[in-house]
Amino acid sequence: MVKQKIVLRFPPHIVEQPTIYHLIKDFDLMVNILRADINPKKEGRLMMELSGSEKNYQRALEWLKDQGLQIMNLEQQIIWRSDRCTHCGACTVICPTEALLFDRPEMTVRFEEDKCIVCELCLRACPARAMETLVENANFQ
Amino acid sequence: MKVNRSIKDINEKIKTGQVVVLTAEEVIGVVEEKGLEEAAATVDVVTTGTFGPMCSSGVFLNLGHSQPRIKLNEAFLNGVPAYAGIAAVDLYLGATALPPADPANRNHPGDFVYGGGHVIEDLVAGKEVRLDATSYGTDCYPLKKIETSFRLAEINEATLYNPRNAYQNYNVAVNLGQKTIYTYMGILKPDTGNANYSSAGQLSPLFNDPLLKTIGIGTRIFLGGGVGYVAWHGTQHNPSVVRGDNGIPKGPAGTLAVVGDLKQMKPRWLRGLSFLGYGATLQVGLGIPIPILNEEMMGYCAVRDEEIYAPVVDYNRSYPHREAGNLGLVNYRELKSGLITVEGKKVPTASLSSYAGAREIAESLKEWIESGQFMLSEPAAPLPSVEAGINLNVMPQRDTKEQEGL
Repeated sequence: MVKQKIVLRFPPHIVEQPTIYHLIKDFDLMVNILRADINPKKEGRLMMELSGSEKNYQRALEWLKDQGLQIMNLEQQIIWRSDRCTHCGACTVICPTEALLFDRPEMTVRFEEDKCIVCELCLRACPARAMETLVENANFQ
Repeated sequence: MKVNRSIKDINEKIKTGQVVVLTAEEVIGVVEEKGLEEAAATVDVVTTGTFGPMCSSGVFLNLGHSQPRIKLNEAFLNGVPAYAGIAAVDLYLGATALPPADPANRNHPGDFVYGGGHVIEDLVAGKEVRLDATSYGTDCYPLKKIETSFRLAEINEATLYNPRNAYQNYNVAVNLGQKTIYTYMGILKPDTGNANYSSAGQLSPLFNDPLLKTIGIGTRIFLGGGVGYVAWHGTQHNPSVVRGDNGIPKGPAGTLAVVGDLKQMKPRWLRGLSFLGYGATLQVGLGIPIPILNEEMMGYCAVRDEEIYAPVVDYNRSYPHREAGNLGLVNYRELKSGLITVEGKKVPTASLSSYAGAREIAESLKEWIESGQFMLSEPAAPLPSVEAGINLNVMPQRDTKEQEGL
């Protein structure tokens, strides 16, 4: 069994294709969509968790690539600049998944990337602006 | 009292390397274990710290004279306006100043990515800062326009002067409304979704000398990573707030005006901040040494988070409309646990002030004193405390049209 959080980027010409349908029907994968959006350039971004057999998962990835989709790891989409973080903790009540959490009694902020769903709320909630996203995400903000 | 120690005695011990210094956090256990008397006999100094957003902060600059000379009338540093209504090349740059081009809250909530606090951080970091200024020209100051850049090291003076820092206690902010609000206390989610506070609690300077018995005008302090001084009581200084038996006020009370040489400071302890929907400000690192003159001072410095209470205030209605009352008191131990109870509801908490930073500041100050590079100073005059009977005024709002007979 594989369980993986990924980001799919759709070029404008396939943004209207029923891609998820094929992932379920043809590859027997379980799909949990975390976030989906389309920018003014009609590029799509889909963040989801896929689970299923290793073989089907790998086949699905190949198929997605053949369709012209770009596949990225969901972790690494949001970057915690620990050098900028002042460890106040303001982000920890805004993060909906506790990916940003507060260690006690150290009273320091920690970022657990694998819990992040790239909601991007932390980017503006951090007064010291210690949270950053990839340049490629700029068109989706 | 058996212990009777002077600041002079303490400084002698600093010189001979015999001084015993503990942070306000470390000393709690010592007092619990040894009792007040023995702890007071052992410990000479307790160091405190706080590292939070402090809007009433800014820097006086003297840029040196241009050739030909200019009397700055309108000046911008990296696009941020600085106050030029003082002598020719003197400026005051405030932490919350915003560039005229900043969209502010026109697209609510605004980002406030770069303001006065950020310019101060850039200056301290040694970065080149752009100056754009104009003037009307005079016989003695003929130049009317200047565009240049400078670094902190290249100008004459840069004096951090913060009119209100180190608030003794503060509100715990919640939102009783149905929509998210964006405040200087951070993002407050609807229906009491979170509670934000801003104090280092037991490590905070004015909680360790709650009646201002040792902190006075001229007290030498840790300021922004360098050495600074208490200049005056801060604006909105209100020692008359209701206090517990331990002398600790149960709401925002005393404040300090502090001053220091920006050139010695560090960007680590002066950080530009952007509060979504509110504005730009500066996070200031500040620490004060408390001399343990006697058992009484030892008692104050042994204060624990669970003995310090702050009021929970609704920032949706009560605060903005200046309505009296609060939603009860909570202590800093509860606040720091991450969960408090407000009107029967469990509410997650977050701090805007960095406790880890406060701890590091108290540790640094301790090291400075132990290594003999930081001596304690005798205050030149006390700050107004409870006996001053200060009443905080509110703004007079007169009907000026009526006065003008309109």
